[in-house]
Amino acid sequence: MSERVRVRTMAPPGHVRAPYYLRGKVGEIERPLGAFKNPEQLAYGLDAEKKALFRVRFTMAEVWGERAERPDDTLDAELYEHWLERL
Amino acid sequence: MDRVSAAFYPVGMSDTDGRRWHDMGGRDAGPVPQDEHDFALWEKRVDALMMLCSDKGFFTVDGLRRVLEDMGEEAFETMTYYERWMAAVNQNLIEQGVYSLEELGTKMEEIAARGDSYGEAQDV
Amino acid sequence: MPHDHHDHHHDGLSASGHPFRSDNDEALTYWQRMEIAARELLIEKGIVTPAEVAAQIDAMDARSPANGAAVVARAWTDPAFKDRLLANGSDACREMGFDVGALHLVVVENTEAVHNLIVCTLCSCYPRTLLGLPPDWYKTRAYRSRAVIEPRKVLREFGLDLPDHVTVRVHDSTADMRYLVLPARPAGTDGMDEAALAALVTRDSMIGTGLPRQP
Repeated sequence: MSERVRVRTMAPPGHVRAPYYLRGKVGEIERPLGAFKNPEQLAYGLDAEKKALFRVRFTMAEVWGERAERPDDTLDAELYEHWLERL
Repeated sequence: MDRVSAAFYPVGMSDTDGRRWHDMGGRDAGPVPQDEHDFALWEKRVDALMMLCSDKGFFTVDGLRRVLEDMGEEAFETMTYYERWMAAVNQNLIEQGVYSLEELGTKMEEIAARGDSYGEAQDV
Repeated sequence: MPHDHHDHHHDGLSASGHPFRSDNDEALTYWQRMEIAARELLIEKGIVTPAEVAAQIDAMDARSPANGAAVVARAWTDPAFKDRLLANGSDACREMGFDVGALHLVVVENTEAVHNLIVCTLCSCYPRTLLGLPPDWYKTRAYRSRAVIEPRKVLREFGLDLPDHVTVRVHDSTADMRYLVLPARPAGTDGMDEAALAALVTRDSMIGTGLPRQP
């Protein structure tokens, strides 16, 4: 059973690992990857809490709209739980 | 218009979408250059220092990337890959208090006096 | 005595056939002075030893696409190993004796219907503890920008024109995983042993910008 998620659209300054081109896009969780220390804290030398990380699969049509080379090609990215909204 | 914030904060812009310069996915760009180089000894040493400092818990690759991003797009365009890494490793070491700017500056002056090439400047 | 890992040749090319970057004989730069200074300060403070730096360089120099090629060839010849590789890439590499450190490796399989391509749009993440350091092009603005939006056009620049029935799956290496493409085994290789198969596996075929050599 696939699980659909949307990438949050927030854009704080600083070190984050959610690519801008995926923000607001809807994909399906391809697999959970476990929990990893939050890079948004590690980057500043802070003690980091662990956050769940997921591989999320998007269609090129969802990511690029009419600019997509092929609508049914796919794009997978790793995204932390705090960047995802479950649908 | 396709402008991005220069470094940590957008410079010279009264508004921004918050996208940062290093976040390149989907931007317009030319053909992929396919020439390749092997790395020089000094570059391999920069890489080794990064890995060793990370293994020993002084900072992580996230700290390296944070500084590389904050250095901005001009640094990406004008400095080599390991020059940027050196700057970022150094900044993390300074921030973590591993050595001071005074120690670094003094040492770099000593090194300049040793010789004019990388080989001559080694403390044999 | 500094340990020079390069075996300098008079033609200016390394054993791999690529030109060296400027090194010991060029004018000393600010950033080179900073490297020497940082290294000496770390040594003086007892944080690292010269032997550790040399060993770290030797360890990275020993890593190359040949390691990945051996993994691919094993997967082509041993279905149970291939299952383990797809389930946990790092453990399968360790099983073959490769020191991949803390690598979290995800292996993605090319088939007749699927072609995988790896990129890191945010920096240049790469499975360096298996394959060694990434090629220069992998770190360029052009590759990082375009691989996610026009992968087929990028692949054509690399000489790979995919048939229409093949789906392209691009993997943006955005966090803690690193990626290896398991290329499809070329036709006409039925009788070949692991070593001969490994010789067909190119670096680019494990990034997805190429295919294995034909026998």
